[in-house]
Amino acid sequence: METSKAESASISATAGQSVPELRGAEILVKALQAENVKFIWGYPGGAVLHIYDALFKQEIMQHVLVRHEQAAVHAADGFARATGEVGVALVTSGPGLTNAVTGIATAYMDSIPMVIISGQVPTAAIGLDAFQECDTVGITRPIVKHNFLVKDARDMAEVMKKAFHIARSGRPGPVVVDVPKDVSFNKAPFPGYPETVHMRSYNPVRKGHSGQIRKALQLLMAAKRPYIYTGGGVLLGNASQELRALVDMLGFPCTNTLMGLGAYPATDPKFLGMLGMHGTLEANNAMQNCDVLLAVGARFDDRVIGNPKHFAQVERKIIHVDIDPSSISKRVKVDVPIVGDVKDVLQELIAMVKESTAKPDQQNLSSWWSMIESWRARDCMKYDSTNTDVIKPQRVIETLWELTKDADAYITSDVGQHQMWAAQYYKFNEPRRWINSGGLGTMGVGIPYAMGIKLAKPDSEVFCVTGEGSVQMCIQELSTCLQYNTPIKILALNNRYLGMVRQWQEIEYSGRYSHSYMDALPDFVKLAEAYGHVGILVERPEDVEPALREARRLKDRTVFLDIRTDPAENVFPMVRAGKGITEMIMGAEDL
Amino acid sequence: MKHIIAVLLENEPGALSRVVGLFSARGYNIESLTVAPTEDPSLSRMTIQTTGSDDVIEQITKHLNRLIEVVKVVDLTEGAYTERELMLVKVRAVGKEREEMKRMADIFRGRVIDVTDKSYTIELTGDLTKNDAFLEAIDRSAILETVRTGACGIGRGERILRV
Repeated sequence: METSKAESASISATAGQSVPELRGAEILVKALQAENVKFIWGYPGGAVLHIYDALFKQEIMQHVLVRHEQAAVHAADGFARATGEVGVALVTSGPGLTNAVTGIATAYMDSIPMVIISGQVPTAAIGLDAFQECDTVGITRPIVKHNFLVKDARDMAEVMKKAFHIARSGRPGPVVVDVPKDVSFNKAPFPGYPETVHMRSYNPVRKGHSGQIRKALQLLMAAKRPYIYTGGGVLLGNASQELRALVDMLGFPCTNTLMGLGAYPATDPKFLGMLGMHGTLEANNAMQNCDVLLAVGARFDDRVIGNPKHFAQVERKIIHVDIDPSSISKRVKVDVPIVGDVKDVLQELIAMVKESTAKPDQQNLSSWWSMIESWRARDCMKYDSTNTDVIKPQRVIETLWELTKDADAYITSDVGQHQMWAAQYYKFNEPRRWINSGGLGTMGVGIPYAMGIKLAKPDSEVFCVTGEGSVQMCIQELSTCLQYNTPIKILALNNRYLGMVRQWQEIEYSGRYSHSYMDALPDFVKLAEAYGHVGILVERPEDVEPALREARRLKDRTVFLDIRTDPAENVFPMVRAGKGITEMIMGAEDL
Repeated sequence: MKHIIAVLLENEPGALSRVVGLFSARGYNIESLTVAPTEDPSLSRMTIQTTGSDDVIEQITKHLNRLIEVVKVVDLTEGAYTERELMLVKVRAVGKEREEMKRMADIFRGRVIDVTDKSYTIELTGDLTKNDAFLEAIDRSAILETVRTGACGIGRGERILRV
């Protein structure tokens, strides 16, 4: 029977004398405490009741009851993105876990360190189609860094140690720990949480190969048109300071991906803006025309380099620093691969630059810069800001930036046009301040991300830039925001369309707006009020700034700004699907 | 191009499905896959026969290495190696076919391991091309049933894959 393992465990504990016996759930809670977990986002259910009982008996960790398991994972994910710590979520078996799947996949695509604990039916019932049973390990396998099914309470401590170790080391990622109900109930000796973990099959490298770094140095010093392109890896690896030091020493132009914004200060002239499908003209042109490209913690994904054949038409030497070897030479051929922790590698590269007798040729560099400045002079981000009849979404973001640029602010977003405008027009000068779903592109993350961050950073301001489509995908979390007093400011750029879908339909489908119109929208002001928050309707351009000021003034309240923006506005520049990154549409006039 | 990849991985439940899941999720080919525990029962050894360009094979080995339970990965086709496959073929064997089948099995150094008045079951080991060649050599219509283990490979001489 399912208790036999616990019995044998108790016998061995008696023989071992003083080793205390704890239930699996209690060991799990001890493990979370030993890992310095402060917050858990979750939702109880039958299979996790023992774990919830153990949580009830402790006071070190705060549990946040969300309204939907998807939001539990998103909130823990947002917390992890902002703090760099491992985010923890707790869900029950069956539908609890399947609801969490979108959140897990979102974290996986952006390499976010997380431990997701799921309940499972008792071991004796596994495979018998029990109530609320699902094959958690099977369902989550393709969307986790690793997962475990704990089969015995005696394994709990070691599995938890491994789970946290795997989640935060190497290329980070979510780890699922599936705990059958009997395993959380059974007792096992607990001599203490393991201090070290050894896995012969998992030893991520940290230090880059010095010979390769020297090759990179030689290429960079000899470059005529150098370019530094960095992604989310620089933020995950906490290497923003090193990146700044390197770029400033060399005087090279620099771009960040959507996931990498804030790694290099957006207000610095050496920053060319975000690159990619909605990147700036100068960032994309520099990517195509550079002769030596240093890629750091970025993965040349389809939204960044556009058509890979077009990208490969031009000869350039590529140096690629990444902790994950499988990211190197995946979509583009790399000349100098450097596998290692970006922080370690950049530190070594900086030391070599300091010692190097070779210096970048200033004449070449200055003619490269003048080429870049000629692209920058095109002012690709300009939009019709003179229109006083309608609120331009870009202007909303610019206003938010102007008001909060000296504040301690975090910006989360959902997915769509508003996400691109926030990335383009808010100038992120610090790492881990721009929180969005880049890889999976999950609508609905904005509110949970914001509430996860606000809980951990109660003195910071947290803004959620969203749309009237995305915000409805996790809007139930407004209730959680009230319960746990996490006052966030929601800027819903409400254009009454699924804007990004509408934009593609306008450009690629001759204006056949198939199901992109949001009919029967709720009254968001009343909705916010119904959840116990403040709602403000903003309909005129001149009301945007006062509304934002009012939202900030209401420090202790969650404020929902329903901002009625221009329904026809599109995100430019734009690289159409299948095009090269320099084949850009600059505005409506190019269509 | 054909590649034979040898993988040492933790002998744990679910490890096999991680490997198979990787191949299907990323659209890599599996021509054959064999797996069994090694002399160290905590380790399994897998031989995967696959096809793909050099770039694809490089990605396959990198992604295999990325799996937490995978200890070591070697592309055997990068150096000298030997491969063997076990094949069992049940053939119709009546009248003068009986003599002919026995002779063919002998030529290919196969053994008849089951005999009835109507059939033989022939056991053959060899590399994949040898087993293919046997199937080509005999009368196709005489084949009643074929079962092959898929390739299992090992490096030559000092090429040793172990922890």
